[in-house]
Amino acid sequence: MSESTIIGTRIRERRILSGIRQSALAKEVGISPSYLNLIEHNRRRIGGKTLLKLAEVLEVEPSLLSEGAEATLLNGLKEAAGESEGDGPELSRTEELAGRFPGWAHLLVKQFRRSQELERTVETLTDRLAHDPYLSDSLHEVISTVTAIRASSSILVETKSLEPEWQNRFHRNINEESSRLAEGAEALVRYLEAAPNTQAEIKSPQDEMHAFLADHGYHFPELETESAGEAAEALLAGDNTMVSEAARKLTKEVLLRYEEDARKLPLRDVMVEINKVGLNPESLARTFDTNMARVFRRLATLPENEVGPIGLVVCDGSGSLTFRKPFPSFSVPRNAGACALWPLFQVLGQILTPIRVRLRQAGRGAEAVQALAVAEKVGRGSFTQPQLVSAHMLILPDDPESRTETVRDVGVNCRICPLPACPARREPSIMSEGF
Amino acid sequence: MGKKVLLIEDEPNIIEAVSFILSRDGWEVKTHSNGHDAIMAVRERAPDLIILDVMLPGKSGFDILHEIRADEDHAETPVLMLTARGQLKDREMAERAGASRYMTKPFSNAEVLDAVRSLVPQ
Repeated sequence: MSESTIIGTRIRERRILSGIRQSALAKEVGISPSYLNLIEHNRRRIGGKTLLKLAEVLEVEPSLLSEGAEATLLNGLKEAAGESEGDGPELSRTEELAGRFPGWAHLLVKQFRRSQELERTVETLTDRLAHDPYLSDSLHEVISTVTAIRASSSILVETKSLEPEWQNRFHRNINEESSRLAEGAEALVRYLEAAPNTQAEIKSPQDEMHAFLADHGYHFPELETESAGEAAEALLAGDNTMVSEAARKLTKEVLLRYEEDARKLPLRDVMVEINKVGLNPESLARTFDTNMARVFRRLATLPENEVGPIGLVVCDGSGSLTFRKPFPSFSVPRNAGACALWPLFQVLGQILTPIRVRLRQAGRGAEAVQALAVAEKVGRGSFTQPQLVSAHMLILPDDPESRTETVRDVGVNCRICPLPACPARREPSIMSEGF
Repeated sequence: MGKKVLLIEDEPNIIEAVSFILSRDGWEVKTHSNGHDAIMAVRERAPDLIILDVMLPGKSGFDILHEIRADEDHAETPVLMLTARGQLKDREMAERAGASRYMTKPFSNAEVLDAVRSLVPQ
């Protein structure tokens, strides 16, 4: 089972679009029509020369046949399948589904994402109810007053021949407590009505932030000018996509850091340097006399139409992903639980020591990428507070000159990872059957 | 002379009502209303029974219970815990910490009397 089988469906589509007969195409490429038929129906794997030739005859980029949005779609489908219970979906036919019914497949993934979002919302709300200090204080207050009222009133009712002095005292206490109860109850109602999240759709603040950054292609010309300073504020003020305060706060931090990085590594100078030395973070760090993590962040903010796709993943010392800019052939899970084999996590144990690894995400055909990772200190550690760290992993297209270097096979997360006998595995894979 | 009960609770009107009920039942009631030095009050009063609220200013009732159980003179003194939260988790915590009995607010006066009578045979 392999994603590369979906290539067949695309070849068939292209061929039919171009109005070429199967036998004619087979002849031009130099394979038998029956073999082409098997390829087109995703029954035979294809790669290398045959793929290049087919692409040539069909007049398309070979990459259009072998990769693209389908990779994301396939991973989405696998994630969705992973969550399901009962009669499992036919995992071995995932590619076929994506290839033959792309619309339905997209819808399925979209609904899966939506249900994930909703689950998170429910979790957030439940969590808020359980741990909301205001709610628990208010409830405690209400219970206390009710207890006092109940005890006092039953004394009044149950004690025969209670002295007037005591009667008065308990009446007064009940009066006192009941007005306290009224206030408490009113405050509770007000609090619940004015719940901070009356927004129609609640995404996690991180999701909102990433959606905002993605809308802008992770590049902000406004922040590139020397006069920056209020530019971040202005960008936030002009935005109406982010609803939660937390998201705006997170985004502001990211934008301010962007400005700082842009000041240290001005766009024009960086582009001149890149044209000279290529996407070489080491050389850039030296030339601009700055640290590697900053160079990584800066590279991920350059306009994609000039430098091509550049991915970036940032995590904190707990391994939680705090920032992710996607790269076409490298998936990053939305929530926690990324593959422990990523160099991103490796560098957490070796602060300020950069590493470069060729990675290949399992289940993604043969697409290798270059991953460069480095961890840096955040703030200052003390005897009472641990030294915080943050790890950055830059993802670049595979370097043609390093093609001979070994490739490390990694996953996205364990659930959808087919790597056999992996020492880093946390949970069984739904893909292992197919292996 | 009645048995001595020490009520550790911070709500004045609950203190007043519970004290009234217990003293009418023949108990000698002492009260204490903050967590910090509750253990000192226990040592000073040497009560036959302690009624202890879980949510006290200064120190949690569970911590005070630990201190009482760690004190050799009072390790065996019956302790009735009062709490505003009926969650199983709290009940388990109270039992593990050595509470003799556990009562959830709001309680009725009869329940209080039942509890203290069963904990200290008259």
